[in-house]
Amino acid sequence: MDNVLAFGAASGQAGRVDALFVLITVIGGFFFFLTQGMLIYFAVKYRRRRQDRDNETPFITGNPLLEFLWILIPSLVVIAIFYYGWQVYADLRIPQAGATEVYVNGRQWMYEVKYPDGRTAINEIRVPQGKPVKFILSASDVLHGFYLPDFRVKMDMIPGRMTTLWLQPDRPGKYQIFCTVYCGTGHSNMQAQLIVMPPQEYAEWVEKKGREEGEEGEREPVAVRGERIVKNAGCLSCHAIEGKEKIGPNYRGLYGSKVPLEGGQSVTADEEYLRESIVEPGAKVVKGYPNVMPTYKTSMPPDDVRAAVEYLKTLK
Amino acid sequence: MSDPSAEHHDPAVAFESAKLGVWTFLATEVLLFGALFTAYTVFRMKYPELFRAEHAKLDRVLGAANTVVLITSSFTVVLGVDAIRRGKARRLEAYFGATILLAGVFLCVKYVEYAAKFHHGLYPGTNLFFSLYFMMTGLHGIHVLAGMALLSYVVVLSRRGRFSASYHTPVEMSGLYWHFVDLVWIYLFPLLYLIG
Amino acid sequence: METEGVGRMEAEGNGRGYLAERGWRSWAFTLDHKRIGAMYLWTTTVFFLIGGVFALLLRLELLSPQAHYFSNHTYNIFFTLHGSMMIFLFIIPAIPSGLGNFFIPLHLGARDVAFPRLNLASYWVFAAGFLVIIGSLVAPMDTGWTFYTPYSAKTGAAVTTLSLGVFLIGMSSILTGLNFIVTIHKMRAPGMTWHRMPLFLWAMYATSIIQVIATPVVGVTFLLLAAERVLGVGFFDPAKGGDPVLFQHFFWFYSHPVVYVMILPAMGIVSEVIPVFSRKPIFGYKAIAYSSLAIAFMGFLVWGHHMFTSGMSPLANAIFSFLTFFVAVPTAVKVFNWIATLYRGSITFESPMLYALTFIFLFIVGGLTGPFLGAMATNVQLHDTYFVVAHFHYTMMGGTVMGFFAGLHYWFPKMTGKMLNEKVARIAWALVFVGFNVTFFTMFIAGTRGMPRRYAEYLPKFHTENVISTIGSAVLALGILVMCWNFLQGLRKGAPAPSDPWRALTLEWRTASPPDVENFHEIPRVADWPYGYGTPKA
Repeated sequence: MDNVLAFGAASGQAGRVDALFVLITVIGGFFFFLTQGMLIYFAVKYRRRRQDRDNETPFITGNPLLEFLWILIPSLVVIAIFYYGWQVYADLRIPQAGATEVYVNGRQWMYEVKYPDGRTAINEIRVPQGKPVKFILSASDVLHGFYLPDFRVKMDMIPGRMTTLWLQPDRPGKYQIFCTVYCGTGHSNMQAQLIVMPPQEYAEWVEKKGREEGEEGEREPVAVRGERIVKNAGCLSCHAIEGKEKIGPNYRGLYGSKVPLEGGQSVTADEEYLRESIVEPGAKVVKGYPNVMPTYKTSMPPDDVRAAVEYLKTLK
Repeated sequence: MSDPSAEHHDPAVAFESAKLGVWTFLATEVLLFGALFTAYTVFRMKYPELFRAEHAKLDRVLGAANTVVLITSSFTVVLGVDAIRRGKARRLEAYFGATILLAGVFLCVKYVEYAAKFHHGLYPGTNLFFSLYFMMTGLHGIHVLAGMALLSYVVVLSRRGRFSASYHTPVEMSGLYWHFVDLVWIYLFPLLYLIG
Repeated sequence: METEGVGRMEAEGNGRGYLAERGWRSWAFTLDHKRIGAMYLWTTTVFFLIGGVFALLLRLELLSPQAHYFSNHTYNIFFTLHGSMMIFLFIIPAIPSGLGNFFIPLHLGARDVAFPRLNLASYWVFAAGFLVIIGSLVAPMDTGWTFYTPYSAKTGAAVTTLSLGVFLIGMSSILTGLNFIVTIHKMRAPGMTWHRMPLFLWAMYATSIIQVIATPVVGVTFLLLAAERVLGVGFFDPAKGGDPVLFQHFFWFYSHPVVYVMILPAMGIVSEVIPVFSRKPIFGYKAIAYSSLAIAFMGFLVWGHHMFTSGMSPLANAIFSFLTFFVAVPTAVKVFNWIATLYRGSITFESPMLYALTFIFLFIVGGLTGPFLGAMATNVQLHDTYFVVAHFHYTMMGGTVMGFFAGLHYWFPKMTGKMLNEKVARIAWALVFVGFNVTFFTMFIAGTRGMPRRYAEYLPKFHTENVISTIGSAVLALGILVMCWNFLQGLRKGAPAPSDPWRALTLEWRTASPPDVENFHEIPRVADWPYGYGTPKA
């Protein structure tokens, strides 16, 4: 994004955030010079001229038109800024097809990185250039933050929840990641790098990395492990993958679909919904199904739940 | 616009001030419990199953009995305030004494309930329902204790002959507070014991 | 303001007024709102200075990107203590409980607050609160002043003790607010209608409402935090099905409105000072009065803007963002009104006016940087960076503390019966003004460039900003030292103050300096609003 206004922005989205930033700066600057200018101008112009007595001052107690205007104009301005800020934000949150997914888990004081194919890393995330990236964030002890200043985005990492963050890395390079939610003694040392690589280089790295890890030990893609977990946990005795329904809803096509709930609401089946439905099956019961599923809160560790979710996501 | 007389020692203004003060204080109290009711709502919506299963472990009979006890105590407070309005201090002391006694009964029943829960291994921290149960009824219990202290103080003042038909502000104010304590329980009882 | 029945107070006063009685008992058991106000002022000022020392230690450490003077853990303790002391022990109580206690009855034409004994009780509850907080320093807290769970539920610091302390401070705050609400409703002098009240009272009224409604929620929040640590109730613990984000909702439901507890009284002071030193009626009295109430009301609806990155749904974020922008409107109205009051005035620049103008100047900067944080996209970028630190210091220190300084200089003659050395006061002002801007403006730049807050160590690329900021903080500290020295000198050997040195029209200036024990020998009768400066239309 070759935007003149974008100072060091690493993606088109970041450029749009910068444009908003500049717009608010311009509007703010206008009001800054208007108000400060009047403040200083009045203070100088209407200072008391003589030591011994006051200037004659008029008895002005208000001016309805002026007061109406300075309620109306700021209201319109802030509505405009709100609207623009909302648009840019909504843009940041739109799921994008074909995104590279990366799981990042915050722990005092490091980022544990896991790719769907089972590669792992600490404090270093590699993604290919030009493809959207979806970070699926979690935390295992306390709150952490995931902040990429160059991309103008951040998201909190919350224990017991999954949050997501989208990026479109347009330029190769190394980008800083900071923890922004205070997490204890090592907070300021909790940092990581996002390395954006040209697609060719990235593919080579994936292969090399895969070989290395494969040699060290048995490496299993997350979804494969998830499949094993789902089978062993007995999920399939109530949930069919496809075809005729058993007791619970079918798995295939579940991820990303709109699920109607008991009570008339509905919810999009994202990672957080799938996770919750395994851990707290009673929280959101699908319309038309009995609420009979037991909780897997104690029997399935968070990492396994994550793998199971990853498997369910493959059942498109 | 009102234009009140600001004579500092005007008894009418003093009474009005006390009344406004107590109502403001009760607004604060509503918000104090309001936060807990919010937590209750949030977790109830999140874990309806848990709440349904756990609430059955509470003793409805004892809870209902306590509700009757507290409503009766509110009634005796009303009778006490009415007595002093007609200048009858001895009757006020008797009715407030009865209220304190009923409050004591309430706390004893609460103690029995708590003991039974502990006996069955149900503690604050066992699960979210019981955390809420103990926090909400515990906070209410502290308010009952404070109310007992307040009413006792009023009885002591009354025995010293401080109140008459023309001046009995503290009696009215402590009565208001007691009604509030009662009212909180009226909400707590169905939320915790009855709704499944 | 036309008043009848006010004698020549200066002639009758014994020169020491309410300060005549001596000995510690005369203070510890006093029911006089002025003495209680003075005790609050002394206490909170001491905590302001201690909190300031912690701030200087933070700035000192940040001279170098690596941990240099203190360990990271010590640094974390310092910023927690700086924040908690400044918030809970200085900025929340200083103006309302200090200056408010002193001047609300005087402004109303009353002899005292509605419940003097309750007033004394709230001071001692406050004292118990800060003693408990000091007690918690055996294992000093390292949680940040926001006490986010689960960290605050897990750390080894004495968070449980601290929670009790904050609970007590909150209780004191509630009792004071309650007292003021009743006082303003019931203790107004004859003729003092709502629309004749000084704007400081309107501001204090709005403040008190927030204190009474918001504070109990933080009380419960800290109670639950303590229960979390002691009993393991699990409301905020995901392992037990609880939700750490619920804590943030509870916390900000109080802590956002409470920023208006901090700023509204300062706005009230500025609304008093500007007309007096401009010799002009306040512009748009009703707009300023009702905008205080509007801000108090809106303040309850926007807490979610502290949590745009906490995983709330985009819709919830959008609603909070939208509402947030509408707090800006009543705030902007006040600023426009103050500036319009200056128009065609006869302005003099004594120290109270310098601080009041500084308030407006800095508050505009703080206010105009608000939309960056209110707009969702830029908030996501700037949240939890130094941009936020700069923004709230511009509003809280550049706003509230400057308003507090304006109030102290404005009312010093009334409270002590002594005049301040104006020359020294202006030197202190200049140092504070320059030091403040150098310290905090650089933080906007550091934050925009991506420096996260609460960092003991930072990347070398932020070094320049931090060095400049630290230099600024030294200038700022020097200015405040000079100011304190000036206050002490004024107390010791200031020239005797006349009853109305600034030719102001509010009722406190109709009493002796310092006022006598029951303020007014005869309750004044009020016939007009207190801003009748200038030449009335024929």
